[in-house]
Formats: sequence, structure tokens, C-alpha cells
Amino acid sequence: MNLLIVLLIPFGLAAAAPGVCHLTNRLTGWLLAAPVAALTVLVAAWGPDVWREGPRLSHLPWAPSIGLSLSFRLDGLSWLFALLITGIGALVTVYAGAYLGAHPRLGRFYASLLFFLASMLGLVLADNLLLLFVFWELTSISSYLLIGFDQEREAARRAALQALLVTAGGGLALLAGFVLLGQIGGSFELSALFPQAATVRGHSFYGPILGLILLGAFTKSAQFPFHFWLPAAMEAPTPVSAYLHAATMVKAGVYLLARLSPLLADTQAWFWSLTPAGAITMLVGAITALCKTDLKQILAYSTVSVLGILTFLAGLGTVTALEALAVYLLAHSLYKGALFLVAGAIDHETGTRDTSQLGGLRHSMPLTAAAGLIAALSMAGLPPVLGFISKETLYEAGLRAPQHAVVLTKLLVVTAVALFAVAGAAGVRPFFGPPQAPGRQPHEAPVGLWLGPVILAFGGLLFGLIPGRLEQAVETAVRAVAPDRSVQVRLSLYHGLNPALMLSALSVAAGFFLYRLHARYPGPIEPWPALARLAPARAYESALLALNRLASWQTQRLQSGYLRSYLLIIVTAALGLSAVPMVMHRVVLPLSLDLNPRWHELLLGTVILAGIVTAVRTTSRLTAVASLGVVGLGIALLFAWLGAPDLAMTQLAVETLTVILLVLVLYHLPDFSRLTPARGRRRDATVALAAGGFMALLVLIVNSTESDSRLAAYFLEQARPLGRGCNVVNVILTDFRALDTLGEITVLAVAAVGVYGLIRLRLHGGRRA
Amino acid sequence: MTVRVVLPILIPLAVATACLLAWRWRRLQRVLALTGAGGHLAASLWLLEEVSARGIQVVQVGNWPAPFGITLVADLLAAMMVAVTGLIGAAVAVYSAATVDPRREAFGYYLLLHILLAGVSGSFLTGDLFNLYVWFEVMLIASFVLMALGGERGQIEGAFKYVTINLLSSALFLAAVGLLYGSTGALNMAHLAVHLRDTPSGLSTVLAMLLLAAFGIKAAVFPLFFWLPASYHTPPTAVAALFAGLLTKVGVYALIRVFTLIFVQQPALTHQLILVLAGLTMVTGVLGAVAQDDFRRILSFHIISQIGYMIMGLGLFTPLAVAASVFYVVHHMIVKTNLFLISGLVHRLSGSYDLKSLGGLYSARPLLGVLFLVPALSLAGLPPLSGFFAKLFLVKAGLAGGSGWIVAVALVVSLLTLLSMMKIWGEVFWKSGPANAPESTAPAPLGMWLPAVLLALITLAIGAAVGPVFELAARAAEQLMFPDTYIQAVLGGKT
Repeated sequence: MNLLIVLLIPFGLAAAAPGVCHLTNRLTGWLLAAPVAALTVLVAAWGPDVWREGPRLSHLPWAPSIGLSLSFRLDGLSWLFALLITGIGALVTVYAGAYLGAHPRLGRFYASLLFFLASMLGLVLADNLLLLFVFWELTSISSYLLIGFDQEREAARRAALQALLVTAGGGLALLAGFVLLGQIGGSFELSALFPQAATVRGHSFYGPILGLILLGAFTKSAQFPFHFWLPAAMEAPTPVSAYLHAATMVKAGVYLLARLSPLLADTQAWFWSLTPAGAITMLVGAITALCKTDLKQILAYSTVSVLGILTFLAGLGTVTALEALAVYLLAHSLYKGALFLVAGAIDHETGTRDTSQLGGLRHSMPLTAAAGLIAALSMAGLPPVLGFISKETLYEAGLRAPQHAVVLTKLLVVTAVALFAVAGAAGVRPFFGPPQAPGRQPHEAPVGLWLGPVILAFGGLLFGLIPGRLEQAVETAVRAVAPDRSVQVRLSLYHGLNPALMLSALSVAAGFFLYRLHARYPGPIEPWPALARLAPARAYESALLALNRLASWQTQRLQSGYLRSYLLIIVTAALGLSAVPMVMHRVVLPLSLDLNPRWHELLLGTVILAGIVTAVRTTSRLTAVASLGVVGLGIALLFAWLGAPDLAMTQLAVETLTVILLVLVLYHLPDFSRLTPARGRRRDATVALAAGGFMALLVLIVNSTESDSRLAAYFLEQARPLGRGCNVVNVILTDFRALDTLGEITVLAVAAVGVYGLIRLRLHGGRRA
Repeated sequence: MTVRVVLPILIPLAVATACLLAWRWRRLQRVLALTGAGGHLAASLWLLEEVSARGIQVVQVGNWPAPFGITLVADLLAAMMVAVTGLIGAAVAVYSAATVDPRREAFGYYLLLHILLAGVSGSFLTGDLFNLYVWFEVMLIASFVLMALGGERGQIEGAFKYVTINLLSSALFLAAVGLLYGSTGALNMAHLAVHLRDTPSGLSTVLAMLLLAAFGIKAAVFPLFFWLPASYHTPPTAVAALFAGLLTKVGVYALIRVFTLIFVQQPALTHQLILVLAGLTMVTGVLGAVAQDDFRRILSFHIISQIGYMIMGLGLFTPLAVAASVFYVVHHMIVKTNLFLISGLVHRLSGSYDLKSLGGLYSARPLLGVLFLVPALSLAGLPPLSGFFAKLFLVKAGLAGGSGWIVAVALVVSLLTLLSMMKIWGEVFWKSGPANAPESTAPAPLGMWLPAVLLALITLAIGAAVGPVFELAARAAEQLMFPDTYIQAVLGGKT
């Protein structure tokens, strides 16, 4: 079956969601979740095939001429992701129905959510880089719409925009990286690119490609210093946080790193950009999580931390690291999804998410509490939950790191200790201790709200108890990332008394200590207030502010509103543009230039110049108009002398009319006054003189070159026999180039219509006759 | 078939004449205008089909052989431009019939609309540099009167700046044509191309720069764009939409035409300069947009920014890059017209263009929100919409040509474009409306929705059928980059 079907179903569902919602308000969640659940089963059923027979490919042309095709690839890696996306998607769909209740925009919410689900599926299934990018951006857009779902609140709108700008900005770098990759690989198909890994890694573009693609992956997967959008995105409704910003979308960057590993990994540049970035992110995320009291903020920062761990593992690139990546990814999606949904249920029932105000909820919300506790166990890395196994493999990967194993393992332990304490704060503390009750008496959440977390949390428990069932899936996923290495995955709760287990014991002990210590500080902690000013989120705000300032400044300078400054800039620009080739090619007046003016030409020239000077210098409008008339008359005379009596007549008529009209209008104009200061006038005069001089120079140069025009000869020759006219100019106007004349007539007619309309039609401010 | 080449000019001219004759019958004019716009669209598609199937079509007007008379030439670029013009013209005609003030209608609105269409089509189809000047004048006078018609204060102020700066462009254009004729003895563009190929001169490059300035004003290139933001927010929305779709694009077309056909002797200088201008135009335009708080002003500044993208391909001057430019122009004309049409819908429903006093439209009108998102996200270059592919081709061409810096500029500017579009979205659609806003000023008639929906669907269709559209653009670029076919078609055997 074509893999396209898997996408078409949720896209279709997204389109149908508002309608379904309109018809069946209470049951919408269940109704929409059913097909998604069916999709999950379908995807799950493909698993054994993929394990046995290798990747399943399907291909449909879209735009072959640009290398874009609807080609999909289901291998171990994409299968794992697809299963998470559909499975958690189904649970969140149910949950959202109960969480949002009868929200007036529920239909639109579901449309965006399912649109995201489909796009995310497309992202992990795409085998074509351009196609992958299409879905990549679609997830950003649907994330934007979902974060800003609470559209009336400004904070939600800002967070949505922030997330969009950060991820779309990275997306643009990613696009450039993909294009370069396609350029050196000759294709955008992953299947065609993989065999050329050696070429890619050896190419001089490898560095830029890696940098650009990492920018895309790091922004999407919230790596430091781009992580700040993720905590801010907690403005979204909780189902969205659980689904997009914990379980699926934020892992897209990690997915991409894993996906492109066969092409780009195994270099020093790869190791040294991913591992440190991941290490910093996991530490910053875990430590900041400890400082927060809002459940969703705690969870968001711990997600940042885990994303750092995953990037770190991708950077190590060993088979053990990739195995740890797959297991950790699965474990995290299960427990973090569950914890978010639990947080949402608590918020829904108690009206607060502040851990300093929550306590003792295990009595009133037993099912939710059970889900939360098991998920917290997994997060803390305690047996017998999947989180324990994932932590063991994580330590294993650290211990077997190709370089600097000791330092890297230490960093992992520190992170794990912090995450242990975070797990306690987010998943244990709200359910124990005295009920520091907020106003109302909490009840167990309705089935829609506890079903999802319970299934996710118990899923983690189940896989922890029977990890053998995951071996095949993890092994195939690792094989997809490291195709040419031997992969043998063994998962179990007990691997013998090995160093990883010792580290585990150590980190549990330290984590427990940290948890108890942390419990003494119930309020939010603000570490390093001096550093806060340097925080990336602040940098984003300042950048946005600076951008707006720059924009206003530039626009005020350029688009000043004064026509005179526009004209000045335009004339200067035209001069400057033309001067460049003039200087470069040394276009100059030939020395042999022989103007040889006759006395009447000199006289006329003087009169015209005098007219212009008077027009510019006078302060009387009447004098200016009269002087311009002199200029026009002079030119008309010049035409007459140069043998163009018809031109002279036209010019004469136009000049006379213009002067008469101007004099008529003068009466209505205000008195003349000099507004420009002397300096401005000097500047204007310079530009005007330069422009006029430049045009004069060009005319002289053109006149000094011999033109071998065949046109004039042809017109003279053919005017009579073919044009049937003795006046060549007339024949040109009415026959040779009649189309020009048609156009000019049109101009005149439109001008007449326009003048009529402008005089007669005054929509506002009175009608003139 | 010569008739196919002349129909896109003749039909609007004939309709305009008929409208003049039917001056007193406003309704009849409206019917004439709508039918005429439909006919123009059909004729332009008919021409595109012919050019696509049979190659470049040429008409020697009055049967005077080139280069002595005036030649009309429809190559693929011209035919594509005319076809999109037909589409925009039809969409705006329908929109106008639903929105334009009856008194404007009574003072020749439809006549002017069709004269403008004739001017634009003529500019695309002419093969003669002076004739191009004449069509520019036709366009200029029609657009000036359309802009000023109604005589509202803002309109007159905008129109005055518009016409003054554009007359400066005309003067530069005319001077350059005159000097070019003086030094080469040719006006026919194919003839000019042959002449300059055989006897290149430094002077011709100087004149090329004068034309760059003249067309740059028309196209609203940095630092020549001032007329556009000064005027586009003043006339009725239908007029602004028409201008946004057509006017600057004629300037871009003229730049592409002369800098692929005639002035190709010094690409290291001329085209590199165009590339630098492209980058500056993108940046200054988008910063201008970021600084605005008015729906139509934001859109106006984005036109400038996007002109930068259109000439970026020309500046890169490779077949792929020029194809990208052609694709970009087609995409942009449709999307930008549509955004203006939608701004008019917003205005009709909420009574304002000011972002501060707008809001709540996504709750009240979800479909309008979706309708806005299609062209807005396309403009910002989000996949899988037409603008994404336009951007992709430019990025590809830029990286293949080794001009990483302009690609970086283009990408950053596209992010700022997204920021600016989302600002509109946040303010107009998401944010709650002002408390004292009137519930709904007036329902929007079908005639306003229909063109906007149609253009949005076409945007989606270009994204879905990007392969064939790109191939058409690539073939057009092929004709432009290897102009021998064009020259042969115009001048026949004698070159």
C-alpha cells in the first residue's frame, strides 16, 4: 500500500474536523480519535514487515523537474516515530475533547491538531529532502496556530510568534543546507544520497551544509541557545504541550540528525558541534527545571534537557549511543506525554499548576496520581520502568564514548541527578504531603482526561517489564541510522553488576538527596539574576525591539514624505548609476569635437540660458512663468532653424498654452516664499547642474559618433511609393509608426477624461461645478 | 496567427472606446467592462497556448518589415505576463463591480481600467523600445487618473507624488531611447540587440544604466521606490489591488527584457549592480513594512521588498535564475493582488485598515482567516505554496551561482516577511476587536469574495502543479537567455 494513504487520512480528518465538531459536540474527541487509533494499528502492523524485509519505499512524482517527489520511506527509524505520532496523537485527541470541553473554537483546534499530526507523519516518512522540508515548515505553522490558540491573550500570541520565528528562521537555514546537499549529491532523494556519503563528507561544502542543517535541527529541537521558545510555548493548551512540545514536534530536529547521520556523521565536526551543544542544553534544561514551580514550566525545561541528551547521543554516534537514543526517545515520549497530561488534568481539576500550592492529590485523583507516579518513576530512571533501562543504556553510551568518555559520563550523571529531582517535583510532590488546598475540592478527572496518561504511563511500565519486545524495533531503528555497522540490541532490566548499574545507583542516591534538598525551597528560585539579562529569551526580545527601531528609523529617513527629497535621491541615483560605466569605460568626449556654432545659435543659447537662470532665481511666480516661456520659445526657434517647422509649430502652441494656463492658475496660489535654507539650495543646484551637464555631455558624445541608421534612409525612400505621402514625418506618424500615434491619442483622450473627472467629481468636501 | 497577438491589446482598447460611447449608461459600462475583462483573459490564455505550442509569435504592425515599422512580439515571457494580466484584470473587474463607488463609475472608471489593461498588455507585447515608452505613457495616464479619481485629499496628494516621480522616469526613459537611437540608429529591440552585439561600446552601458534608473523607478527598486508607498494606500482597494498586481511588474518585465536581450555585453558590471540593488531593495522594503501599522501600507512596502527577489534572478543571470525570476513575478502578481483584495474585505467587514483598531476577525470570520493565510504565507514563502517554490528556485540559483550573500539576504528577508504577515494575522484576526467597534458594518457581497477565493485557489494550484508552471518559466528563461530565436523571429533571416 502506498504510504501516502497514511498522510491523506489525517489531512482529510483535519479538513473534516470543524464539521464533525459542529455535528457532535460532546463526542468529537472520541470520534476523531477512532480513525487515528486505526492508523496507529495500521502502522504498528507494518512493524514486523519492516524488521524482516527492510525499508518500505513508495514513490510518486510531484515535480520531477525540480527534484521534488512524493517519495516516502518507512524504515526502523521512521516507523518508531510514526508509531509515536499516531499513538500519542490518538490519546491526545481524546484528551483534548475532555480538556477543552465545549470550547467555541474546538473544531478549529482539532483541525490544527490533526493537520499537525499529518504534517509530522509526513516529516518522518519523507524520503525526499524537499518534501521533508515542506512538512517541516507545516509543523511550524500548525504549532504556531496551536500555541496561539488562546488568541485573546497577548502572551499566547507572542509565544506563538516567537516559536514560529525561531523555528522558521532555523528552517530557512535548513533549506539552504538541503539545497547545497542536493547540489553536491545531484538529488534530493535520501535513497540516492546515502550511497554518496563519502563524497558529501569530503566536499568543501560539508562545513556549511552541516552548519546550516544543524541550525535547523537545533532551533526545532530547542537546543541552547535557541531553547527559550519551548518554555514560552507552554502558553498553548496542555494537550498541545504534551503532544507537540514534548512528545513529537520538538523531536523533529533529533529525528533529522538521526536521519542524516549516514550522510553527515562520523566526522570531528559532527562530534564537536553536537556533543557540546547537547551537553550544555541538557545541563541548562535540567538545572532551570529545578528552579521553576509551574508544573508546565518544570516539564518544559526538563524536555529541553532531554532534547539535549538526545542531541548529545546523536553526536556520539556509536551504535550504543544510537541504541540509547532510540530507547530514551521512546521512554521520554511515554513519560513526558503522561506527565504533561497529568499536569493538565491537575490544572483542570484544581485550577492551578503551581507546585508550591499543590499536595495530597492522590486521595482525590487516584488514577491520575497512579499515572503521574509511574511516569515520574520512569523519568527518575527507577526500575522496573522503561526509563530505568533507557538510563542504563545512556550511561553505557557515555562510558563507551569514542573520546573524552569520563568527562561526558560525568555530565550525564549530573543531568540524571537533576532530572531525578525534577521528576520528584513534577510527578510525586503534587500527590503527597498535606493538601495545600486551593479553593475548591478536586475530584478525579473524567475518563477522557485520565485515559491518556494512564495508558502512556503504564506503557512505560509494561515495556520496562518486558523490554525484550522492544529489541527488534530498536535494532531496526539503529540499523536505519547506522546502516553499515553490526547492530545487536539486548534490552533488560538487569545486565549484571556493571559500571552502568553502579552509576545508576549513585545517581539515584544523589538524586534523592537533591530532591529532599529542593523540597525545602518551595518558591521559584532565581539563580544568577545577573546572567538573566544575557538569557537568549532577552536577546530575542532586544533583537525584535532593535529591528523595529531600525525599521522606523530607516523608513523615516527614506520615506520622508517630501517629494523634493525623493526627486533629489532619484536624480542622484540615476547619475551615480550611469557614472559607474562612464568612468569604467572612459566614455569621454572625443578631442576632435568641432561644435562650430553659428552666431544666431549662440544668441539663442544665451537667451535660453538666461531664461532658465531667471526662472530659478526669481521670487515672483509671474517672472518665473514668463522666463520659462522664453525658454520654450527659444527651443521652438531652434527647431525652426534646424529644419523642423512642424515641431517648431507644435512647440510654439504648447508653450503659449502652458504660459496662459499657468498665469490663470497663479492667482489661486499662495505667496512665494523660500523654504529651503541656503545650504540645501546649493546642494540642489549642484545636483541639478550635474544632471543637466551629464545629459548635455551624453548628447554631445552621441552626436559625435557616426550613426549608420538604415531607418531614416528607408523612411525617406518609401514614404512616397509605399506610404503615399510627401511629408515623411506625417507618414512616420500615421503609417510607419502608427501604433505609437494610437497610443499617444489614447493618452490625450484619457487625460481629457481625467481632467473632467477631477474637476467634476469631489467625493468629499463639496462639489465644484 | 497574428490575431492572437493583437487581441490582448485590441480588446481592452475596444472596451474602453465602447465605455466612452456609453458614458451616460453606467450599468451598460459595467456589463461591457466585465465581459471585456473576461474576453481579455480568454484572449491572453489563447495567446499563451499558441506561444507555448508554436514558439515566438510576431506581428509586423502595418506590415512594415522589421526594423522599419513597429513589431509586436509574443515570446513565452510576454505571453505569460499577458496571461496573468488577464487574470488580474478579470478578478479586479469583478471586485470593482461589487465595490466601486457609483460616482466613480459614472466618471469613466471602467474606461480607465481597460486603458490600463491595454497599456500593460501593450508594454508586454511590443518589440520596439520607443513603442514601449508609448505604452508606459498610456499606463501612466490611466493609472494617474484612476488614482486621483474621486478627489479625496489623500488621493490627490498620493497621485501627485506618483505622477511627478513617474514623469521623471519617463524623461529618463525618453532621453535614453533618444540617445540610443542617436548612437545606434535602432529602436526595434531585436535590432538593437544585434547592433550592440556586433559593435559594443562603453556608451551603450551608460545608456543601459539610464534605462535601469528609468525602469527601476517603475519597478520600485531601491533607491527609486518612493512613489509607491506614498500612493498605494490612497485609492479604492480595487484600484490598489490592480496597481499592486500590474504596475511595478511592468517595470520588472522591462528590466528583464532589456537586460537579457539588449544589454548583455557587460554582465559583470550591469548584472552585478542589479544584484546589489536587489539585495538593498529586499532589505529596505521589508524594513519599511515592519515599521508600518496599516494593512495596506504594510502590503505596499512588501511589494518593494519582493521586487528585490524578482530582479535577484536577473542579477544572477543564469537560465535557472531567470526562470526563478519569471516564476516569482507570476506568483507575486497573483498573491499580492489577492492580499489587497482581502484587505478590502477586512475593511468592508470591520471598517478600518488600521491594525490597532482591527481585531477578532478569526473568531467572527474563520473562513476569511484561512483565505488570508493562503496568500500571506505564500508571500512569506512557506511551503507548499507558490511563494515557497519561487524562493526555492532563487536559493538554488544563488547557491549554484556562488552568490551565497544574496541567498542569505533573501532568506533573512523572507523571515521578516513572515514576521510582518503574522503581525497582520495577530492584530487583525487573533487579537480581540476593540470594545467599541460596530458589530458588522456591512456584509461583503459575493463579488468581493469570488475573486479573492479564485486567486487563493490559483495560488494553491501553482503550488500543487509547480512542475508544469516551473517548466513554462524555464522555457521562457531559455528564450531569454539565448535570444537568437527571438531575434530570428523578429528580423527574419537578415541579422
